[in-house]
Amino acid sequence: MLAFIIRRLLFTVLIALFAISAVFFIIRMTGDPTYLMVPMDASKTVIENFRHKMGFDKPLFSQYVDYMWNFMHGDLGTSLRYNEPALNLVIEALPATALLTLSAMAMSIVIGVPLGIITGIRSGGLDRVITALVVLAQGVPNFWLGLMMIFVFSVKFHILPTGGMGSIKHLIMPTIVMGFYTSSRITRVTKSSVSEHFQKEYIQTARAKGLRESTVLLKHCLRNALMPVVTLVGLSVGIYMGGVVITETIFSWPGMGRLIVQSIEMRDFPVVIAAVSFIVVMFSFINLMTDIAYAWIDPRIRYD
Amino acid sequence: MLKNIIDYTAIFFFICLIAVAVFAPFLTPYTISEGDLSNRLVPPQGLNGPYILGTDYLGRDVLTRLLYGTRISLLVGVASVFGAGLAGTAVGLVAAWRRGAVDSILMRIVDVQLSFPFFLLVLFIAAVLGPSLKNVIITLMIATWAPYARLVRGETLSIRENEFIEASEAVGASAFRIVFRHILPNAAHILIVYSSLEIGRLIISEAAVSFLGYGVQPPTPSWGVMISEGRTYLYTAWWLTFYPGIMIILTTVSVNLIGERLRESSDPRKSLR
Repeated sequence: MLAFIIRRLLFTVLIALFAISAVFFIIRMTGDPTYLMVPMDASKTVIENFRHKMGFDKPLFSQYVDYMWNFMHGDLGTSLRYNEPALNLVIEALPATALLTLSAMAMSIVIGVPLGIITGIRSGGLDRVITALVVLAQGVPNFWLGLMMIFVFSVKFHILPTGGMGSIKHLIMPTIVMGFYTSSRITRVTKSSVSEHFQKEYIQTARAKGLRESTVLLKHCLRNALMPVVTLVGLSVGIYMGGVVITETIFSWPGMGRLIVQSIEMRDFPVVIAAVSFIVVMFSFINLMTDIAYAWIDPRIRYD
Repeated sequence: MLKNIIDYTAIFFFICLIAVAVFAPFLTPYTISEGDLSNRLVPPQGLNGPYILGTDYLGRDVLTRLLYGTRISLLVGVASVFGAGLAGTAVGLVAAWRRGAVDSILMRIVDVQLSFPFFLLVLFIAAVLGPSLKNVIITLMIATWAPYARLVRGETLSIRENEFIEASEAVGASAFRIVFRHILPNAAHILIVYSSLEIGRLIISEAAVSFLGYGVQPPTPSWGVMISEGRTYLYTAWWLTFYPGIMIILTTVSVNLIGERLRESSDPRKSLR
């Protein structure tokens, strides 16, 4: 197990390094990034000074070496707008995003797992309704859902604030928008896993032993059936990292998603690069932890 | 039975969408860019007036723009799936055929690609490339080719183990012939199923990028652009935001239902519904 963790950790670091390099080359692919970063009407001398200051006049390879060297030392560039280390801005925005992500994750589990179990163990009218809702939910764009909720709950009924961060009330709509899609995915996967396991022979054996149905379900079936759900919850972090961009923009939530969108608008690309790199590194480590959790709950998996 | 009805409705709806995309100019007396400024923000009139779904802030007919928006969504969905599928398949085939170092390098690139959260990558590339319809399609291709490569590589490796491949190698068939005559046809069904399930996600992604302003640009009536424009008038004119969203939902759900149907017919065990 330890050997597996170390191996995966090294691999994760490697992948993260490659991903950071990819960010560097995507930016350079379009040519001189000066034009991406300076205002559109900047004069020639401003542009030349800027290029020199940022090191864009050096050869690409030496720029790359500088970039990676600085990255290793925790220097992800300086915000052009706030004249502050970009990493600081990202870290300041982190708690808001973490709060939103965790509450969306909690919502998806609390809704998705019970619904999945109910529809998984018996089929009938309720099962059909929930299945139809799941299919429908996968087609709903989150930004549209957010706007419609603002229209109904803020504009029409004045129950919830349109945006910002503060009380529990501020958290409700962003959480629903973020957790909507993943709730439906978790419902779906739980359902198919539970219904598959429920037909297996070990369940019949447990019943034949005269165990109560609740024991059969909780102790025998769910322990096995919920394993894929753990992986899915881990994977949904990737969906949330994309979802925050939209959700935070709509609800003016002061997190990393809004920081990224605003920085793109302001052409503050050092911040965009820092935020994207930061998220990629975090995401890789969460994937690693999901794998470890999976090995831990399923004794059959011993990755080495 | 009910499932059949729903699935056939989805197929029928999708065919209608294609028809609407093709014949949009013949279905409406209005144009997408010229509005009647004396009729701004008219609420939906149903069949009681000239503007069935109302007009927007420039007095343009919402229904007309929705109909034309079908073109953008279908074009983006199909073109990017096609491009990404082609690129991913090529990479997967090369990796599985050459094996060794080439395989390792290509698959590590796939790993790197998949270490980016999907929508974040889309927004990032779109912002770097600059906003336009063409760039949205390129962006979505770059962001989605990797799973195809993984899929095709896996399939190719397993198909290659079959005796009929050995037989054709024995009679002297070229690698080219084996790939195109034996491997691709056998991997085709899984590619078709995966692609059809991707279209819905890409249509939503296009709308989302356009909504944020880094995709299709106004006055082109992408549904995402329409929702973005409607956002400003959310307090007074809900219909500007509401209807494009409904179009996105109907389109995505019908495409997904068709994809699920294909999946089930190619492998009944994998039915998730």
